[in-house]
Amino acid sequence: MAAGTASQTAQTAAGGGEGPEAALQAAFDAAVAADERIEPRDWMPDAYRASLVRQMAQHAHSEIIGMQPEANWITRAPSLRRKAILMAKVQDEAGHGLYLYSAAETLGTGREELLDKLHAGRQRYSSIFNYPTLTWADVGAIGWLVDGAAITNQVPLCRCSYGPYARAMVRICKEESFHQRQGYELLLALSNGSPAQHEMAQDAVNRWWWPSLMMFGPPDDASAHSAQSMAWKIKRHSNDELRQRFVDICVPQAEALGLTLPDPDIRWNEERGRHDFGPIDWTEFQEVLKGNGPCNEQRLTQRRRAHEEGAWVREAAAAYARKHTPGADPAVRNGKATA
Amino acid sequence: MTAALALGDDALVLSHRLGEWAGHAPVLEEEVALANIALDLLGQARLLLSIEGDEDELAYLREERAFRNVQLVEQPNGDFAHTIARQLYFSVHQQGLYAQLAAGEGPFAGMAAKAVKEVAYHRDHAEQWTLRLGDGTDESHARMQRAVDALWRFTGELFQPVEGVDADWQALHSRWLEDVTDVLGRASLTVPTGPQSGAWTAGAGRQGIHTESFGRMLAEMQHLHRSHPGASW
Repeated sequence: MAAGTASQTAQTAAGGGEGPEAALQAAFDAAVAADERIEPRDWMPDAYRASLVRQMAQHAHSEIIGMQPEANWITRAPSLRRKAILMAKVQDEAGHGLYLYSAAETLGTGREELLDKLHAGRQRYSSIFNYPTLTWADVGAIGWLVDGAAITNQVPLCRCSYGPYARAMVRICKEESFHQRQGYELLLALSNGSPAQHEMAQDAVNRWWWPSLMMFGPPDDASAHSAQSMAWKIKRHSNDELRQRFVDICVPQAEALGLTLPDPDIRWNEERGRHDFGPIDWTEFQEVLKGNGPCNEQRLTQRRRAHEEGAWVREAAAAYARKHTPGADPAVRNGKATA
Repeated sequence: MTAALALGDDALVLSHRLGEWAGHAPVLEEEVALANIALDLLGQARLLLSIEGDEDELAYLREERAFRNVQLVEQPNGDFAHTIARQLYFSVHQQGLYAQLAAGEGPFAGMAAKAVKEVAYHRDHAEQWTLRLGDGTDESHARMQRAVDALWRFTGELFQPVEGVDADWQALHSRWLEDVTDVLGRASLTVPTGPQSGAWTAGAGRQGIHTESFGRMLAEMQHLHRSHPGASW
């Protein structure tokens, strides 16, 4: 909703004799129902705010942790062109993390606080980044499948009811689509390359397919937050609906790549007009979420280490800023600050 | 030795070292900044190596003794202060050199004119961090001084004339000393007093004599490309 509209509506309603909280809630509900955007200064239910913080923090953390599996191949990229593309992509991910932390900060939380929660294991990141990148082809599979799944999830978020999140997603989706095409093109080059390269590409798709389907979250009947998020128009489609869309998109793309998907049950269902596909191993998904995936420990340890080893750098920047900012405490400005 | 290889290898190797920071930087903004600088340098390397031949053959199929980069750029990242000191020394030099090349009419004038804008940004980034670390906390000051001292002996090689690069190397050196002395002074750091080069480095990288860590860096960089001879990616 436009800044001001909600509070005006709320005041008017509050003057009408109802309790102020009920009036605010009514204005909020009306704005959501009318597909208006909720902005940072607008009143919002505490649970809406908490749910958004949880989702946006998890999203930001995923961008930051998600740098690791790909950065793992920067120093080994097999051509300078591919190396440049990969570096640019990892750089974009850091930028996406920054947009998303900024968007989350509009809800009254801080980046430092969110990072602390990530490091303490109290907030999550996407389960997909707990899988290892074992060959160069994994960089392509991540671009095609992981970014593809992310886009399927994120395009509807461009219409999310919370304005700052929706606007961040518009920018992010543009860059993600570009990454996804680059990943696809990388796999295409491998698939059409030598037999060893083709095999490398197929092996990567075999390992990344199922974890990518898990990115859409648990099935609808087991998804704790879905119904409320959809009612608030944070989410626009259910997990299973988005997963189905993704499968329908990927099947012809795999054919064009000359690669197969590792699911013998995938077939076109004429009646539904969609693809049927095999069952997902939800036990594996739950284990990865609980911290028992192949790389959970490694990913979090590296992130914590980067943060801890960088503490003296951040302290130096803060001390310098205090000394060189007009109006700062002269005692601090004159002496050398100590950490 | 050809000039394009010398300049191209400098950019290629430093870009690779900066790429090693991805996912390890002290703050998210530096993930973006270090990758950005690495990308600029990689772009420069690709242009320069392409003047000489096929960029991938040159990057991936030469052995250690055939690389012509200065030893400064192959030095391991160390801590953040070490990376910043290396970047300061190199960027100040590269900006001076590219400004001269851009003003001339040699084969590198066009490339240098484009790159000098990027390098001005790299230099500013390195200077700003040198100030913050040097004039930050006691710990950051000590770390920055250590880094500045440790890398000093690799800086003399920057001013060894490169055949085919039409520059006033003497003037580059004086200007570099002036600029670096100024930044270190503002950062409350002491300019190292030791020699800028010696028997161990003088012109060595340019002749294909490198330091020990370089071979390992190349092994990592080249292994995949070498494992699939003739493949395209």
